[in-house]
This record gives sequence, C-alpha cells and structure tokens, in this order.
Amino acid sequence: MYRRPKLYTSYEQETQLLPTWTQKGLAGAFIAVLFLLPFDIPVITDPIPGLGWLPIFGDGIPVVRFLGDGEWIRVTSQVLVLAIAALGLNLLSGVAGQVSLGHAFFMGVGACTAAYLGGHADSQVWGHSLPIWIWLPGAGIAAALVGIIVSPVAVRVRGIYLAIVTLGLVFVGIHLGNMSFGRKIAGPPSLGREFQDLDIRLWKEETPLINMSDDGRWLFFDVTEEQKRYLFFLVLAIGFTVLAKNLVRTRTGRAWQAIRDRDIAAEVMGVPDFKSKLEAFAISSFFAGIAGALVVSLSGHLLSDEFNLFFSVEFIAILLIGGAGTTSGALIGTFFVIMIPRFVEEFTRWLADAEGGVSGAVANAILTGGEGDFGFVSSGIESQGWPLSVADWNVVLFGVLIIVFLIFEPLGLFGIWIKVRNYWKGWPFSY
Amino acid sequence: MSEHLLVVDDITLRFGGVTAIDGVGFHVDEGELFSIIGPNGAGKTSIFNTLSQVYRPQEGDILWKGESIMGMRPDKVAELGIARTFQNIELFANMTVVDNLLTGRHVRMNSSWLSGALWFGPAKKEEMENRRKVEDIIDFLEIEQYRKLPVALLPYGIQKRVELGRALAMDPVLLLLDEPVAGMNQEETEDMARFILDIRRELGIAMIMVEHDMGLVMDIADRILVLDFGQKIAQGLPDDIQQNPDVIAAYLGGELTG
Repeated sequence: MYRRPKLYTSYEQETQLLPTWTQKGLAGAFIAVLFLLPFDIPVITDPIPGLGWLPIFGDGIPVVRFLGDGEWIRVTSQVLVLAIAALGLNLLSGVAGQVSLGHAFFMGVGACTAAYLGGHADSQVWGHSLPIWIWLPGAGIAAALVGIIVSPVAVRVRGIYLAIVTLGLVFVGIHLGNMSFGRKIAGPPSLGREFQDLDIRLWKEETPLINMSDDGRWLFFDVTEEQKRYLFFLVLAIGFTVLAKNLVRTRTGRAWQAIRDRDIAAEVMGVPDFKSKLEAFAISSFFAGIAGALVVSLSGHLLSDEFNLFFSVEFIAILLIGGAGTTSGALIGTFFVIMIPRFVEEFTRWLADAEGGVSGAVANAILTGGEGDFGFVSSGIESQGWPLSVADWNVVLFGVLIIVFLIFEPLGLFGIWIKVRNYWKGWPFSY
Repeated sequence: MSEHLLVVDDITLRFGGVTAIDGVGFHVDEGELFSIIGPNGAGKTSIFNTLSQVYRPQEGDILWKGESIMGMRPDKVAELGIARTFQNIELFANMTVVDNLLTGRHVRMNSSWLSGALWFGPAKKEEMENRRKVEDIIDFLEIEQYRKLPVALLPYGIQKRVELGRALAMDPVLLLLDEPVAGMNQEETEDMARFILDIRRELGIAMIMVEHDMGLVMDIADRILVLDFGQKIAQGLPDDIQQNPDVIAAYLGGELTG
C-alpha cells in the first residue's frame, strides 16, 4: 500500500528553493561534489576492473582522469566565474526580456574598475592597491552605475533594436580602452596590464589575512593556489545563484517577468516600466562587473580587447543552449559551452594516442595525420583548410548547436531535462 | 456637487485625423455597476485606455475622487485603485496563476530588490502575507486546481477568470472590465455574471463594464452609457436605454436623417 503523498502544509514550505527532500539531497550531493572536484579524490586513473575490455575504460576514463590536474581546475574555475555573468544576463535577457549584446562591455567595466582600484600603479598605469573587499564590490557597483546610465534606452527601444543599441556599447568600450585615460586604466592596447591577486587583506598590509596566491594549508588540508581560487569562486557562484533565485521568486522578479511577457499590461497593473528595467540593467550589470573582475584575476592579466563582441555572443549562446529565463539553464549552459570544447579537445588527444582495439579503429576513421587519410579531424593543432583542426571543429559545433537548440528545443538543456523528468514521473503512462 | 468616485469631464481623444472619443462625459459612484455599450469602433476600449492613462486625451479632464489624474503614469493610476481586465487576454503567459495574481499585488507590496534578493526577513514575510490574500481570490474565483499551471496552458474561459483575479488582487476601488464574457458559452457567461455580482455585493467594488452581450448588460448594470463613433448617444437606466430610438438606430441601423 502506498502512503499518502507528502503535501505542503504552509506557503513557507511551498516557496522553498528546494521544496522536496529529494531535491535537497541531490543539491547537497552536487555541491559536495563541486567542493571535492579540485582535489584528487574522485579521479579514476586505473583501468576499471572488469570493464577493461571496453576500449573507453581501457586506461581510465578520459573525462574524469584530468580532474585533479591544475589545468582543468583553471577551466572549471572559469566555468564558475562565467556562470556568475551568465546568471546576470539571464536576469536581464531571460527574466526581464531585455536582449542585451553588451554584457561583455559591463564585464569590461568591472574588470577595469577592479584593476584601477586594486591594481598596483607604475609608470604606465594607475592603481590604488586597495584590498579585495573594496575592489570586488567596486567592480560590481561601477558596472551597475553604467547599467543605470544605459537603461533609459531600454524604455525607448525593445527587442532587436535594443540588441543593436547594446551591441554598440561593446565597441564604445573597446574604444574607451584605447583612449589615453583608458590606457592608464587598462594598460597599453594589446599588451594590457598585470592584474592583482585575490589575497584578502584588511588594508594594504604586507601579509594578507587569507593568502590566495600561494600554495598553503587551509584548516587541515594542503591546497594549491588553483584549488584556493576554485573554492573562492565556488562560494561566490553559489552565493550569486541564491541571490538570482531569490530575486526571481520575489516582487522584483515577478515585475521583470511581467514586463517581459506584456509590458503595457504590466504598467496598467501597476508595474513601473522604467524602474523595473533600470533595476534589471543595474543588477545584471552588477553580476557582470563582479564576473568581469574575477575572470581577469583568473588569467592574472587584463586586456581590454578581450571584452569584445564574441564574448557577448558567447553569453547569448549560453542562455540559448541552457534555456533562457531559468537559473539552472544559465548554469548548465555555462558548463556546457565552456566545457564541451575542452572535452572534445581532450577526447581527440586521447584518441590520437589510442592504438588498436575499437578506439584505435575509431581514431583511424576520424583522425588524419595530414596526408592521404580520409579522416575529417586533423590531429595537428593548426591546420590549413580541410581537414579542419579540433579548434575549428569546435567553432563549427558551437554554431550548429545554437541553430539546433533554437529550432528544436527553445527551452534549451533545461527544457530537455524537464521533458526527461516528466517522462519518468509519469512512467509507465505517457502523461 | 456631490462627490463622485470618478468623473469623466467631456474628454476628446484624437489620433491624427480620427476622433476616437468626442467630448464624452460621465460619472461613476462608489459601488456602482456602470456599463458602456456601443457598436464596434465606438470608442469603448479607448475610454478604458484613457482612464488608465495609456492614451492621453487632448481635451477634457478625468477626476478621481475630485482630483485630476491626467498625465499620471499608468502604474500610478493603478496604485490609486483603478484595476482592469483586457478585451484580448493580457495575462503574463509564462507565469503561473499564482505568480500572475501576485504580480497584481505588486502595487500593494513594497519590498525592494535588495530585501527580495536576501529573501529571509521582510521579503519572506510579505510574500507569505500576500500569498494568503491571493489564495483568497483563487478561492473566490474557484480556480484552485489551476494555481500552479502557467496561464498559457489554461482554457480561454479560465484565463478570463484569472485575469479578473489579477485585477482583484490589486485591491481595487474601481474595476474596469473590458468584455468579460466575450467569446464565452452560456455556462461560462453565467459563471462570470455571478462573479461580477459577487464582487459588487461582497467586496463593494465599483465597476465599469464594456460588453456586447446585451442580455448580461441589461440584467446586471445599474446605468448604461451608449457610444457610437466616439460620441455619447444615450445614458440612463437599462429600461430607458432599451426604448431609446437613437440606440436602436445605432445597433439595428436607422433611417438616414439629414
């Protein structure tokens, strides 16, 4: 006999972010995995016993074996940082419906502000060497202020026209970076400037409160510099995810959705058009500014040209592939868009090393050493013309994915997940 | 002059060469069910749009409790307590029924984006209080089983009801109903008529109703205004309107006079 289904007995219960215990458990496990990811614990390096005959498990799973590697921590850190920016764009474009191609610009504003506040001055650039608790929020606030200045445009134009207007911002930004005062902040064009580390100081003292730039010990664990940064970004990313979720489920988020779905009706229902759009631009830009500063801290080098149109488009792709308007979509989309090219590259490298067996045959079929082969992927890093290199294929894959998702699954990966979930919820019935 | 809830003082609205409303004036008292009828293109919905200040009339004045609302932003008008439903459903299609009604509560809530982002504390308290009020409306309109569904998935008649609910969520003093039973079958029309009467009796909200269903209008309206080509051709009690030769001419076509 089945027990009674568990019912919600209060509105508090029902409005929780993770209302069921299954969801709480899964989310908890997922976050635990994220925290353990940079360490060597979950890595499978040995052949899996009993599965050795499967070529892919022959010498460890290629997707998992690099996880303890410094290079891959850097990539996952990048995912976390860009996820913050994607969450911001999702609030503006997905929730409030204001399509913006200027997200890279706001990130650039954040990065430059952070460099100006926290960077160290020399003969070529300005800098105030302020501690992180000033420059990181400062980056967000400066970007938010610029967002507020831009937002009146959104009241005048909408849809594709707004996209074009915000597109202009990216070029304005790159131009500003090349002007004389821009060079003082962002460094010489195409050279850039050094970006400060993430050390947490109270003020400008010698030894930081929390050292983020060297390997060291945290609590009882030895952590490398990369692992420290990863954990720092992870905490921030989780924090911003919760903020974004909360915004969407309360008054402000509902106002944004109302503006997105029916702007004039929303106004008649008492949702102020201008104020809502202004808030959307400001908050989205705040997220972008923070992410912009962090993404530069990851490479340790600020280059104003990096915040270009392609960067903006990448975020649109993240939203489209992940599922616009949903927080989880923004997160999955970021993971997918940043990681998939790396997976493809890593997999190709692994294939190139494969000899014999099924994987060897697959490698023979699709890889080519350069001459007389029928493979469509060149194993060289650079390639002229056909066969394309892995990097070229990645760009093609990226474009094809955007088209496929727009046509077949407008709700993105999140939509696919919902469909799969509903199928199993209803199983064995079709609905 | 006794204080009317709403006084529309000879407003004229033009779009270029077209005069949509031509010197129309009327008043509505508290708790009254006032109805505006007229053939297509008579300017009924335009009057609603001027009341919620989506359109700005060139001449005349609109007084709310004795004070002019001309030039106010639509959301400020909503804050005064003028709520409305639309002829073609204007719900927020991707939001659930509960979220649509909560959006109606927007003007009665005041937590900022900051407290919303933090959730715990005032924002949560306010969410819960307003959710309770929204549930009262859901209960009143008998749409309990649809509460968690996105409105785009709901049948037309239910969407109309949700839209009425969204307007009620604003705690209105005056409710503008734009063709509340358009496109509905007999049963749905009767349901809606019952809701309208209940709103008046239990909540005491004044209403202006634009409607083509003459049976409904004559049955439930207190007073009726008849428009044709933007001009007022008659105003009065339902029984008088039915006998009015100008009204009959406007609806059935009269002999050409002059």
